[in-house]
Parts: sequence; C-alpha cells; structure tokens
Amino acid sequence: MGLAFLLLPLIALLVRTPWRTLPDQLTSPEVWQALRLSLLCATSATVVSVVLGVPLAWLLARTEFPGRGFVRALVTLPLVLPPVVGGVALLLALGRNGVVGQWLDSWFGITLPFTTAGVVVAEAFVAMPFLVISVEGTLRAADPRYEEAAMTLGASRFTAFRRVTLPLIAPGVAAGAVLAWARALGEFGATITFAGNFPGRTQTMPLAVYLALQSDPAAAIALSLVLLAVSIAVLAGLRDRWMTAS
Amino acid sequence: MTSMDETRSGLDARVVVDRGSFRLDVRLTAAPGDVVALLGPNGAGKTTALRALAGLTPLDGGHLRLDGVELERTPPESRPVGVVFQDYLLFPHLTALDNVAFGPRCQGASKAEARATAAGWLERMGLAEQAGAKPRRLSGGQAQRVALARALATRPRLLLLDEPLAALDARTRLDIRAQLRRHLADFEAVAVLVTHDPLDAMVLADRLVVVEHGRVVQEGPPQDIARRPRTDYIAQLVGLNLYPGRAEGHTVTLDTGPAITTTEDLTGPVLVAFPPGAVTLHRHRPTGSSARNLWRCEVVGLETHGDQIRANLTGELPLAADLTTIAAAELDLHPGAEVWATVKATQTHAYPA
Repeated sequence: MGLAFLLLPLIALLVRTPWRTLPDQLTSPEVWQALRLSLLCATSATVVSVVLGVPLAWLLARTEFPGRGFVRALVTLPLVLPPVVGGVALLLALGRNGVVGQWLDSWFGITLPFTTAGVVVAEAFVAMPFLVISVEGTLRAADPRYEEAAMTLGASRFTAFRRVTLPLIAPGVAAGAVLAWARALGEFGATITFAGNFPGRTQTMPLAVYLALQSDPAAAIALSLVLLAVSIAVLAGLRDRWMTAS
Repeated sequence: MTSMDETRSGLDARVVVDRGSFRLDVRLTAAPGDVVALLGPNGAGKTTALRALAGLTPLDGGHLRLDGVELERTPPESRPVGVVFQDYLLFPHLTALDNVAFGPRCQGASKAEARATAAGWLERMGLAEQAGAKPRRLSGGQAQRVALARALATRPRLLLLDEPLAALDARTRLDIRAQLRRHLADFEAVAVLVTHDPLDAMVLADRLVVVEHGRVVQEGPPQDIARRPRTDYIAQLVGLNLYPGRAEGHTVTLDTGPAITTTEDLTGPVLVAFPPGAVTLHRHRPTGSSARNLWRCEVVGLETHGDQIRANLTGELPLAADLTTIAAAELDLHPGAEVWATVKATQTHAYPA
C-alpha cells in the first residue's frame, strides 16, 4: 500500500506525458531558459553552501564551545521550517527595508530580493543544512588522530585540515553537496517569496512548472519529467553511499 | 656524562599530566643515541607520557628540554619530534611515498625535494617497490616501516614510538623487531618507545623505565631489571618469584611471616627473588633434605608454560613453580593438592630494597 501510494503519482506522471510532443516542449526557449537558470542558481547555491558549510561543520564536529547544541539546532532549523516562512524571514533580513538589507542598499547599492542573486541566497538558505549535517556526520566518523599525526609531521592546523582531513571527508562533502544541490534545484517556497517569479531572472524550473500548470499543462508535465530525471540521476549517483549502507 | 655539553644535549623531561584522580609524573632523561623504553601495564600512563612529549596533550607541570631548548609551550607542529603511532595512522589517501614526503613538504621543501627525500627513506627501509602503493595495499610490516620512514624523514631530535610492534602478527613481529633494532641503532638522536611487552623493550632499548600507576617504579639497563625486579609487575614480566623482607645475615624474614635462607649476607630491608624453575615440589615432607627453604603449599592452578607445567601455589609462601610434564604427572598434581616446596639457597638472589 505504502509503496503504491508513493509510486502512483510518478506512474501517473509518466502515463500522461505527451511523449509525441515532448521533444518540442523541451526545446522551447522558455524551458531552456528556466532550466539554465535553475542549474546556474542551484550550482551557485551549492558552492555557497560548501564554502560556508564545511567550516561550520568542522566547528560543530571538532570543537567545544558554549551553546554548541543551540547552534546545531539553529543549523537544522531550515530543514523543518516551511520554505515560505524562510522566504519571508529572508525578506525581513535582506529585503530593501530589511534589518541588514537597508544597509546593503544604502552603502553598497546591493539589493538581493527579486534578483538572480536573491534566488541563490534563498536556495542556499534552504539547502545548506543538508550539507552541514552530512559533512558533520562524516567528520565525526573520521579519526581525528590523522590530524594529530599531520601535526607531528609539522603541519599547521589549517594545513592538516586541507591536506589530510578534507581529502578523507571528500566523499561526505560530495554527498552533502549533491543533496544540497538537489534540494536547491527543487526549491520553490523561499524562492518565490524572496526572489519572485521573473522569467529569465528568477523563474526557476519549479516556478515554471507551477505557472505552466495553469496555462499549458503539457509543458508542466514535460518540465516535471526533467526534474524527475534529475532526481533519479542524483539517487543513482548516491547509490553506493545509501543503498549499500543497509 | 658530566661535561656541560653532555647534560645539555638530549632529552631532559619531567612529564606531569593530571587526569582527574590519575596523575602521571614521570622523569625522563636520555642522551643522543639512547633508546629508552617506557614499560608498564595498560593504563599506567605510558601513551599519555608519549602524547605529552609530542605536544598532543598539554603538560600540567614539569618541564621538557630537548638539546637544551625548552619545548613545553611549543605546539606539536613546531617540535623537532617524530611519532610512530601504534596503528601507524598512515594517510589513507596518499601513497607510501607521499606519506613520507608529507613531513619534509610541511618543513618547506619543494614537492620534488620532498619526494626525493622520501624515496631515499623508503629505499633505506627496503620499500622502494612499494613507493606508489596506498596504505591499504601494504602489509602490516610494510606499513610499520613506512610509518617509521615518515617519522624519520622530518629529521626529529626525539623519536617516539607507541607500541611499535603491537599491531603485527607473531611471525612478522620477529622480523620487524630485528629491523627496527637496526634502524634505532642508526638513529643519532633520542628514541623513546612505549611498550607493555618486556621482550620488545629488552631487545630494542638500552634502558628501561618501568611505569606503574603514573610513577616510575624502576629504571636501568634491561639486564639489571631482569635480575633485580623491584615490583610484582616487573617480577611477573621477567618471570621471577619476588618477596620483600628484612635481612639478618643469610636469613631474610619476609613481611608475610616465613623466612628464606640466601647466600648473600645483608642487613635491613631487602628483596628476594628466585625463578620458578628453582623450585622443587614434593608430595610428602622430604626427609633428610638439606634444603632449609621448605614450605607447605597448596596447588591453586596449573598451566602449560612452554614445554613445562607452571604450578601456582598458595600456603606459607605463595609462589610459582615450573616442572616437567612427567614430574607433574608423577606428583599427581591437581588444584587443591597439598605439596611441599623447596628452594636451594644458592638459587635465590637477595638485594637491598
């Protein structure tokens, strides 16, 4: 029953796919535009997540500081927070009149909401926890004594991390990045709230699907199929890590 | 050993580390070229001492001078100290060559120089062919030598080895022990190794420092320690029966009551030792025996010990006795059996406590 419940919608999607017109649908400029923007933003958001998330994960896994449990809870909050709420919160923080946003605007002339950069910010906000949790878990499982061994060989803490720990946890970082990327690619609520829905600028695939469903259902199905294919590809990429874990 | 230069070079350390109720306080000195073994039971604090010398565990007291340079506040990466860890901790993502090149590279050598140095060390270890292998493809003995090469490649003034042979199987161990002995003999600076195996300690080291409960209980050349153990732990390691007592000429009255006649003429607190092989067992009280060391005992346990049987006895004097399998069968020994034990005075050895 459970399996049927999970599979039925996917089967329905495949059954109703207009296979004959699919090539035309997929090659339309609108689809390409949305797909290109989605890939660009999801990849940028993943890069942001890795750059900010790996040091944070290291801090959480390898150091003791007061309030660490609280910080950890905060990191995981975006996992359970409704994305729309995340979008509203981002607007309040980084919007033109936001707590930080007003300074960004008046000092640097930077406005994030309703821009492509805003999409990246919204996606990174939602996706980064996946990376942090994954990398932190890998770091905890990795033997910290390798870092000690590196230090006895003359490596500074940073060198030890870069040349020993990072290569050791690379699979965990990769898995976390793929998860974060997949999450960013599918991100809808925070994006539409914070960055809006402008074709070519902030209209990513999920937004395009939602919009197309009201005007051109066939196009929506085609776009959905693309996202499904990407999901399956991600799953296949992580197969060794998860499927064999059991 | 009294000139200024001699006292300044080498290792001069007092390692104090507090761990809640456990306190490690060990004095260690060694001249360049010395190999010192820290020998002790598990939990005695040996590995903690090693970590403190490497700077991986902070000192809570004492001092650490190497070749006259104070090191107690120097971070591990700046100490001229090399470590061979018990499970080697070879970096799994690097080849044997790059593992060995890691240290020279951190010390500022170019990639090519570091690799050339590393290749030289692998060659000395007889591992030139394994240079390109990842650690998981190395045998235990090869991994041990790569770890040694990696530690030596930084040209340390103090080499630390934590249970260097513990991870090896018995056959490889014999071979690697002999090789390690050669490499340690070639090493011109101070080497300190930690082990709970008396054989490793005696083969590899010039001097033993025995640590129990965080304290040094005895130190000296291996042959002295084997001949004159000072604690039950050491006596057990070197296979001797050991009793503290008070000497009055040739008679030593043990703290537990009975007396032992010895050949040495001593006065005051002494230790008396004799090997289990010196004990003769009788099922009935021997008559007409000249031995004055005669005790009534009870067998508590029997175990094979090499090609002999070792009997553990309680009674007037708790002791271990070795006898042949035939003798054990003829005496009909079994746990609970009553026996008489004799030891000739010439087989005992008494020395001031």
